[in-house]
Order: sequence, then structure tokens, then C-alpha cells
Amino acid sequence: HLATSLPLPSERDHLRPRIDLIVFMIDIKSKYSLKNVETSLAHVDASFFLGKVCFLVTGVGRVNACSIEMNAVCKLGEAYCSPVLFCELELEGIRAATAQRLVRMLQICAGHIPGVSALSFVSLMRNSDDD
Amino acid sequence: MDETVAEYIRRTVLKIPRDEIKVMLQKWGFLSEAQLQTLNFHQIKDNISQEVVQLCEENSADIKQAAALDIIYNHIYQNKRMWSVYQMRKSGEELEYFDITDFKKKFKRRLRSALKNVTITFKEYEDNAIWIRVAWGTPYKKPNQYKPSYVVYHSQTPYVFISASVLKSNLPLLCQALIVASNYHDIREMELRSHSLNSLKDIVFKRYSQNFQTYSPKPLQGRNVEPENADIRIVQENRNEKERIHRLNQEVFGSGPQPKLEFAQYKLETMFKSDPKMDVLDKKEPFRCLVKFSSPHLLESLKSLAPAGMADAPLSPLLTCIPHKARNYFKIREKKGLFPESFVSP
Repeated sequence: HLATSLPLPSERDHLRPRIDLIVFMIDIKSKYSLKNVETSLAHVDASFFLGKVCFLVTGVGRVNACSIEMNAVCKLGEAYCSPVLFCELELEGIRAATAQRLVRMLQICAGHIPGVSALSFVSLMRNSDDD
Repeated sequence: MDETVAEYIRRTVLKIPRDEIKVMLQKWGFLSEAQLQTLNFHQIKDNISQEVVQLCEENSADIKQAAALDIIYNHIYQNKRMWSVYQMRKSGEELEYFDITDFKKKFKRRLRSALKNVTITFKEYEDNAIWIRVAWGTPYKKPNQYKPSYVVYHSQTPYVFISASVLKSNLPLLCQALIVASNYHDIREMELRSHSLNSLKDIVFKRYSQNFQTYSPKPLQGRNVEPENADIRIVQENRNEKERIHRLNQEVFGSGPQPKLEFAQYKLETMFKSDPKMDVLDKKEPFRCLVKFSSPHLLESLKSLAPAGMADAPLSPLLTCIPHKARNYFKIREKKGLFPESFVSP
């Protein structure tokens, strides 16, 4: 399901299946994109942040068109205990690889992979400095 | 042949892209086909232009023919110049029959009576456009052929398109000659400028696709807002919103191509409104500010703002009124009464 922001329109509530993974896409060229994600985050139920949320930063191939600080994005990931992925949608190879990663994450979040749950993502994110 | 004429022809030919030179010389018609055959168009432009000057020498070209070539060049490359739009007004309602010879005669007479040293050239085109080229001199100097003014007049309309030369002081004289020649009594400059002459014509002649308000309670069925979404597994949560934006956009901009403007300029003469405690110019004097929107194609980019998610739909009427009001320069004054802003009515 694609949406431009949260909350989702309520008129479609009855048509929606269970949500297993939320991917917030941030376009590195647009400050507005980051702002939009930050406001949408407030509408997400806390239970999702146990591994069912991830941030996808797009447009990283165009280094000179960056409008967002990498710091800001990484801090966002830390604040919400969610992984941050980087990709460049304009390159087919990277696009396909990123899609595969997301599908893999989705399988785990949906409980299709025995023995691995979404909570694993959270523990994988712990900084080695913390130990 | 006059040295200055030769040089002027040479420089004009140099401006033309090499592949276009032959066609333009043919359009000009001053050199015969036989003469054109003798030209080698595969050498460097410097040499081509020298050869053209030679041939013009043989035909004894004078400034009139040189000016004609210049008009042809500027007609084809009209978008290199900046055009302003002027509107003329008649005192009475009589529709007078337009006589082109009479127009030319009156125009020349009016200009020449004020300024002896001018070069005036006319050329008519099929779309009823009369192109006028005027090179300006002074009582003591011959006309400067390199800084002429161009006027495009469609005789069935009250509109004149002027690309003034840098010598702006001649503009009042030019305007006077135009109203005398065309039997109008008044001319005013509209706040509309662009490089694209055709787009200016589209706006004032209302040739662009306008939206006619038709009562349409529901969005039209079967309209595919996202044609590339062939995969039915992708669900657009905000489809209703997207369709609303699309519909609003259609209503405002119509569905055809927009006229091509490069900028819109808003001059603010409003009071700066701040927290009175901040004491920053609060209602003491107007906050002078100039907002300028530039784009290779301003109206198309405005049209794509809402669908791209960069602006809320509907857009501000200040932006969307540009083609309807036929202006892209605005002065915004203080709120008066109930209406948000008042425009300067010229």
C-alpha cells in the first residue's frame, strides 16, 4: 500500500489488511520529505517500533543534490529504534537489491520465517559501543 | 555599396546557424538562385558571410534590403528577444476598414516628422501579423542598425507586441506613431512580458485551452490518474486525494499546453505584520519586497506543483490568475475591506 502521509484515510479502513511493515521513504533531495516523515511518525502506534518500521533513504546517488543531513536521518533511526536503509532508485541493480532486502524483512515481520521475529532487528541495531 | 551596409549584412549572416543560412537567404529573395548556387555552405561561417557580402555588392544592396534580412532573422528567432504587450484603445465604436498602405504611410510620416534619421522596414506575414523594424538615429547621427526596435501588430486586434531596443527613450515616439497610424486614440503597456511571442499572443488572443466551468458533481469515471500503476497488487491509499488534486488542476489550468512564460513578479507594498511586542517595523511603513518566480516554463511548473506534492491544491489565485488576467507583473497592496489583496489596475 502506498500513501503520501499518515494517518491513512479512514474511508479505506475496512479494505486494509494487517500491516506488517512500514517503510518510510525519505528523499534526500527534499527537506519536505523528511518533515513529512517526522509528522507521520507521530501517527504510528508504538507497537510497530519493535522492528516493524524502517526508514528508506532514496536518491543517495546524487551527492550534490543533498538537502538533508545524514546525521539527522541517522538520529531519527536511533530515536525510533528502526533500521535505516540507503538506496538509489534510479539504478536498476540497487533498486532490485533494495526491494529484495525489504521483501526479506517483510517475510520476517509477517512471521513467515520460523525462528526469526521482527524483534531481532531491534537487537541487531544496538551499537557495539554500548557493550 | 555602403561600407556600413556591407558590415551589417556580414554580421547578420554570422548570427545565423550555418545550416539555416541557405534557407534564410532564399526567404530573403534578394540574391538569385543562380547566385545562391555559387555559395559554398560547407566552409566556415566567416567565409560564407564574406561571399554573401560579395554577392550583395554585385546586386548593390542598400540598407533597406539589409533591414529586410534582419526582420527575417528576428521573425524566425523571435524567442531570443524579450517582448512586451501593449493595448490600444479607440475612442469611438466605429470599426474602420484597415488599409495596410495607409497604415504604413501614416506610421512613417509620424516617425519621420519627429526624427529624420530612422530606418523603417515593414514585413507582412500570413497570420495577419505586420512586423515593423525601426532603427533609431539622432538629428545628428545616422540610425544605429544594431539596436533596432521590433513591433508586431495584428491589425484585427488592439494589441501590439514590442521588443524595444536598449534605447528606451524612443518608446513614446514609437507608441505615438502606432496609434496615429492605426487610428486608435490611446495606448498602454500591459504588465505582461515574455520571450515567447507566440505564448503572449496565445494569452491575449485567448488561444490557450481555457477552462469553461461545467457542472461536474463527481469526477469523470474511468480517468486513469496513475497510468503506470498497472500492477493491481499496489494499492494507492490516497487515490481520492490524488484525484481531487488532478480535478482541481484541470479546472484551473485546463487540459491543454500552457502558454510559455519565464517569470512572474510580485511587488509587495504591504505592511509587515509581526507581534507588536517585537517592534519590528510593526505597521509603521510598508515592507518593500519583490518576489520573483522564474522557470523555463512557469505555467507548466505551477501546474505540476500540486500533483508532485510540493504545494497544496488549490494553488493561490495570485499564481493561477496569470493567463486570465494577462499579466505576470503584480503589485500587491494592503488588504482593503473584505478582499485579500487588491491588484493595481493599470
